[in-house]
Amino acid sequence: MHVSTAPAFKANAHQALANPGLQKALARSGPSFIARRAAAVAGLPEFEQLRDTARDIKNHTLANLDFYLEEYERNVLASGGKVHWCADADAARAAVLEICQKAGARTVTKGKSMIGEEISINHHLEAHGITPIETDLGEYIIQLRDELPSHIIAPAFHLNMEDWEEAFRKSHTDLPADRVFNERRDILTEARTKLRSAFLQADVGITGANFLIAATGSSVIVTNEGNGDLTQTLPRVHIVLASLEKMVPTIEDCTSLLRVLARSATGQDFSVYTTFSTGARRPGDLDGPEEYHVVLIDNGRSAMIGTEFHDMLRCIRCAACMNHCPVYGAVGGHAYGWVYPGPMGSVLTPGLLGVDQAGHLPNASTFCGKCESVCPVRIPLPKLMRHWREREFERHLTPAVMRTNLAIWAWFARRPQMYRMATGIAARALGWLGRKKRSFKSLPFAGGWTEGRDLPAPEGETFFARYAREQRQGLHRQGHNR
Amino acid sequence: MSRDAILNAVRRGLKRGPLPADQIAMLRGRMELHPRHLIPARSRLPHPEQVDLFVRNVEKEFGSVARVPDLDSVPAAVADFLAAQNLPTSFVMAPHPELRAVPWSNRPLLTIREGRAQATDQVSMQHAFAGIAETGTLMLPSAPERPTTLNLLADTEIVLLRASRLVGAYEEAWDRLRADMGGMPRNVMLVTGPSRSADIEQTLELGAHGPRQLHVVLVEDAG
Ligand code: SF4
Repeated sequence: MHVSTAPAFKANAHQALANPGLQKALARSGPSFIARRAAAVAGLPEFEQLRDTARDIKNHTLANLDFYLEEYERNVLASGGKVHWCADADAARAAVLEICQKAGARTVTKGKSMIGEEISINHHLEAHGITPIETDLGEYIIQLRDELPSHIIAPAFHLNMEDWEEAFRKSHTDLPADRVFNERRDILTEARTKLRSAFLQADVGITGANFLIAATGSSVIVTNEGNGDLTQTLPRVHIVLASLEKMVPTIEDCTSLLRVLARSATGQDFSVYTTFSTGARRPGDLDGPEEYHVVLIDNGRSAMIGTEFHDMLRCIRCAACMNHCPVYGAVGGHAYGWVYPGPMGSVLTPGLLGVDQAGHLPNASTFCGKCESVCPVRIPLPKLMRHWREREFERHLTPAVMRTNLAIWAWFARRPQMYRMATGIAARALGWLGRKKRSFKSLPFAGGWTEGRDLPAPEGETFFARYAREQRQGLHRQGHNR
Repeated sequence: MSRDAILNAVRRGLKRGPLPADQIAMLRGRMELHPRHLIPARSRLPHPEQVDLFVRNVEKEFGSVARVPDLDSVPAAVADFLAAQNLPTSFVMAPHPELRAVPWSNRPLLTIREGRAQATDQVSMQHAFAGIAETGTLMLPSAPERPTTLNLLADTEIVLLRASRLVGAYEEAWDRLRADMGGMPRNVMLVTGPSRSADIEQTLELGAHGPRQLHVVLVEDAG
């Protein structure tokens, strides 16, 4: 199991800034995501209106979520599938394991699933003698390297060609040691060959879901590689892992969300494979799974409903917020310490792991507002990060000096004009970052920024040190605190 | 039971009990009517221009298109494509009536097996239920006569699409699907171009796990 290092954000960030391989990867990939999204958006004049529509669809669904969940279950059952309701990560792991054991599974192929990462399903299966094989190329190498993804749609965002080559040579020892990797294509071809036999042998296929459709009982996956489709089509059993907030009422609602998803994520007009699965193999079908299970997971979502973090449940996991985030662009995803990085992670992780575990992640923000400006479902991410800071403040977990700074900041936050002036005049003194700059290299990041946020407490141990100590003492468990 | 616990937690968050009957009726009505939202103007075109838009979009997404006047021209178009790509002349084909109606015997060199795809198949021939001009997308719903594996296992997928089955927006294709098939088929794939990955250094490479090539044979039967 990957233990959260979210409490060590500051140390993580320092390491990240000093990691040349990571910095190379970030410099290469960050700008291209931004340019691709911009081009896709420019190609669709209705895009801003579609964002409003997307937000409204999600709000409507959340306001009636109990109804849609029940309708959804009814329609899954009617199409020959089964729904397993799971309150937390433990229950979800147990449900998946039971289905796999009943199927006599030895190997399980997996499509990319963030909720799968959240509940650490791979480690649980391994611990019970079942071999999970990640089939998304990025997830595959992450599994070979036994690390967490560093990005929610590009898991291997932090890696370079030499890392791929090294991992493949180390893991694929059955292949000639003197084979050459001249270009990316050679890596891709080797992975394709390796994984093809995994697809054909697997007893169970596990995918995530980008959407669940109440009116039809369908689960929807969106991929470019086709690995998710092979995963859910070839094995005898298909398991869908999905959290509650994936729900949408109808195919039309889903279609409208799909119009903003790919454009926001990869800058494609549409992903290569958008697939709607409804139940198990039908009479006369020549292929498809014989069993279709949906493991429907709460794990902290219902506790967010109706709170100030309610809006976060609209998230469609497109990654636009992290692609446009100057902090993410400087330190990458692993610094955030857990499954969800970037602005969405800074809001979601404290909600899922507890504010005591990750309540300071919202400090990893310049509050430049870029994330909110690109979010396809218009989640007010800076506001939600501010809420976490206030909660942390209220809990008096924050050392006195930091509280003072927060008070100064809050005063400015209510007076944006003044804030802009102050950032212009005294950015360094306050440690707040410029609004428009993306590069931290030209800004006092390593010094000023962390100083502004990790001031030594007047006495005793620092804020972060205290968390590190509590973490070591095992006061907090990850994954299912709420 | 966690089902009820979860539903109750959701309701607690929403600060209410189960929805009243009139609200439920309203939500049921919404699902039955499944209203469309804003549809981008880009595909609202006369049909011939939709066909052109579809072709442009498939090519933009690294697929290829051969436009032929009728079903009789399909065998030659397929044979020419396979020859040009240096591919074998045998393929696995969906057991769909429209594909069976193609006069394949005009090209005796083509060897055809009907059924689902196997791992050893290099080329598959699929039947498209619809084409969507908006993004150059094929709608491939599963059915006994349209196996899903044909979209996945072969290195090269060839798809027969009649221009009369080509629509502007996704919503129009969904309406046709509901009209023709009743409910939702087990699997509906919306396919836009050949398989690809950008996971290695965020740089696009074609041919990840699915087909490396996607070729559409477009029969211009719409007049
Ligand atoms: S918060 Fe918004 S921008 Fe970020 S991943 Fe979620 S939907 Fe995308």
